[in-house]
Amino acid sequence: MIEAERLNKRFGAVHAARDISFVAHDGEITGLLGANGAGKSTALRMLYGVLTPDSGRAIVDGHDIAGETSLARAHLGVLPHASGLYANLTARENIAYFGALQGLGRERIEARCEELSALLEMHEFLDRRAKGFSQGQRIKVALARALVHDPRNLILDEPTNGLDVMAIRNLREMLAGLRDAGRCILFSSHVMQEVAALCDRVVVIGAGRVLADATPGEIRERTGAASLESAFLQVLGSAEGVG
Amino acid sequence: MGALLTVFRKEFLENLRDRRTLFSALLFGPLFGPLLFGAMVTRMLDQNSFAADQSLQLTVSGGERAPGLAQFLRSHGVKLRLTNLSEEAARAAVTQGREDVVLIVPAEYPERFAAGRPAPVLLVADSSDTQNRKSAERARAILASYGGGIAQQRLQLRGLDPLLTVPVAVNDVDVATPTGRAVAILGFMTYFVLFALLMGGLYLAIDSTAGERERGSLEALLSLPVPRTTLVGGKILATCAYMGLSLGVTLAAFVVVFHFVPLERLGMSANLGVGTALSLFAICLPFVPLGAALMTFVASFTRSYREAQTYLTIVLLVPTLPIAFASIYSLKTRSSLMLVPSLSQHLLMTSVLRAEPIGALDLGVATFSCLVLAALLIALTARHWRRETMLG
Repeated sequence: MIEAERLNKRFGAVHAARDISFVAHDGEITGLLGANGAGKSTALRMLYGVLTPDSGRAIVDGHDIAGETSLARAHLGVLPHASGLYANLTARENIAYFGALQGLGRERIEARCEELSALLEMHEFLDRRAKGFSQGQRIKVALARALVHDPRNLILDEPTNGLDVMAIRNLREMLAGLRDAGRCILFSSHVMQEVAALCDRVVVIGAGRVLADATPGEIRERTGAASLESAFLQVLGSAEGVG
Repeated sequence: MGALLTVFRKEFLENLRDRRTLFSALLFGPLFGPLLFGAMVTRMLDQNSFAADQSLQLTVSGGERAPGLAQFLRSHGVKLRLTNLSEEAARAAVTQGREDVVLIVPAEYPERFAAGRPAPVLLVADSSDTQNRKSAERARAILASYGGGIAQQRLQLRGLDPLLTVPVAVNDVDVATPTGRAVAILGFMTYFVLFALLMGGLYLAIDSTAGERERGSLEALLSLPVPRTTLVGGKILATCAYMGLSLGVTLAAFVVVFHFVPLERLGMSANLGVGTALSLFAICLPFVPLGAALMTFVASFTRSYREAQTYLTIVLLVPTLPIAFASIYSLKTRSSLMLVPSLSQHLLMTSVLRAEPIGALDLGVATFSCLVLAALLIALTARHWRRETMLG
């Protein structure tokens, strides 16, 4: 479970996050939806602790990311917006490096590499150097890297960026599988269809605020819109009026 | 500790697979200095000994007019080549390098010589050419000694004491030692050693900081449950390892090169043997963590690989400054100077190369100041890594 409690963050004059609060539950996929620059990455970065909020708390499985950073992070897998690999290492070595830094033993790392390779279909390139990997292959390795310690919570910042249709579909199936295994998944996107297709819960962010926090169905009901798309547009539109 | 070694191993391995890193760390950096140095020293020695050992070649025009002079020159080991050139032809020949130095005996020479009047000879040379100037100087000295001999004979024939013409006897006492002359050369050599040492870690320092950010792997790394100090420590440690390797290769290359260079003529200990090389290694070792920390620190502030390269190229020049000061002001080893890194290494290495003893205190102070500065820079780097701006 990932909890955001009244997170605030300013970068100079820009108020990038204002009182952001929401909860991402276990066994659910929570989508953070918003236009580019709405504050999605800022919110996520505070949740995985590379940005310190001016006020508010980020909590992972009951551990405050500021106070118990290592403990919270041990329960957290992160796929940041920029997820480059080490080009001179093989896919397996890339994954193993993060496994070792998560404190896993050699045998455990080996076992996880095999499991993840099966899960993400990486056999073909597991022992090839990452130089020259396709975007799809890179995302798979980066995801495996984030999952190496088998975390109960997973944060992904715009994971589908640059992926082709096939790869996006694979990713969706993968995330659905993890959800069904009881994991808590939080991901951001600016693509509505993606969120609609995948999420159990949607948190809409605009100008650094939470504009809506509900299931896709609830949002549709509340706005009285026929399609989810027009419902989102209504939510975002009212936010622009506010803000 | 486990995470520190993990970071170290990964950085070491990754860069071992990078051709550019390997080339600069273990080939270009370490071998460039010794080879250039060997070539330079050999050439310098060659030029000096060449001039002294070889007999002077002199082209003489109108030599038949001065048989006494020609005889004197031959008896002083000058090889004469008799020709017949006008002054213009001789000038042109020397200018164009067809002739080295030309001595012209004009038509009026025999008559004036017989009459006891100053008999002119023309020495055509090119003073802008070092080699040519040396030949001309030697020719002039021999001609002067011929003139002096003739003058003495003439005075004796007239019953006068030749010593009357020598009212003052000047004796040169030259205190320049070969060691003194070697200082500039040693400055070169010690700088090459420090340069190679820094080159060894240059790319790793960039790759593990600005490179990490540019590749987009930094944020994932920073979101791991590993203290930033540990990450920085592992990276600096890997940089140190490459610098140590580079230092070793450099010194080994110097040992090989010096085997073929007659160093004792520059006043250095005759051989840069394995023992000396080990001493030099020990002297430079404390500079390794300092250089690694400095380069990692600087590279951490840059936004891109390219920017890091620009700034670190400047860092490569930093150790030259104290060495340049040392040669301008001819600084001698003093304990207070041992506080200045790179200068202390330079002075200590110079002492070892001259086979002078070095003080334990000096070595201690030099090592200590390097390590303290390194620790300070590592702490500053780690502090920067804990900042949010590190994400870029």
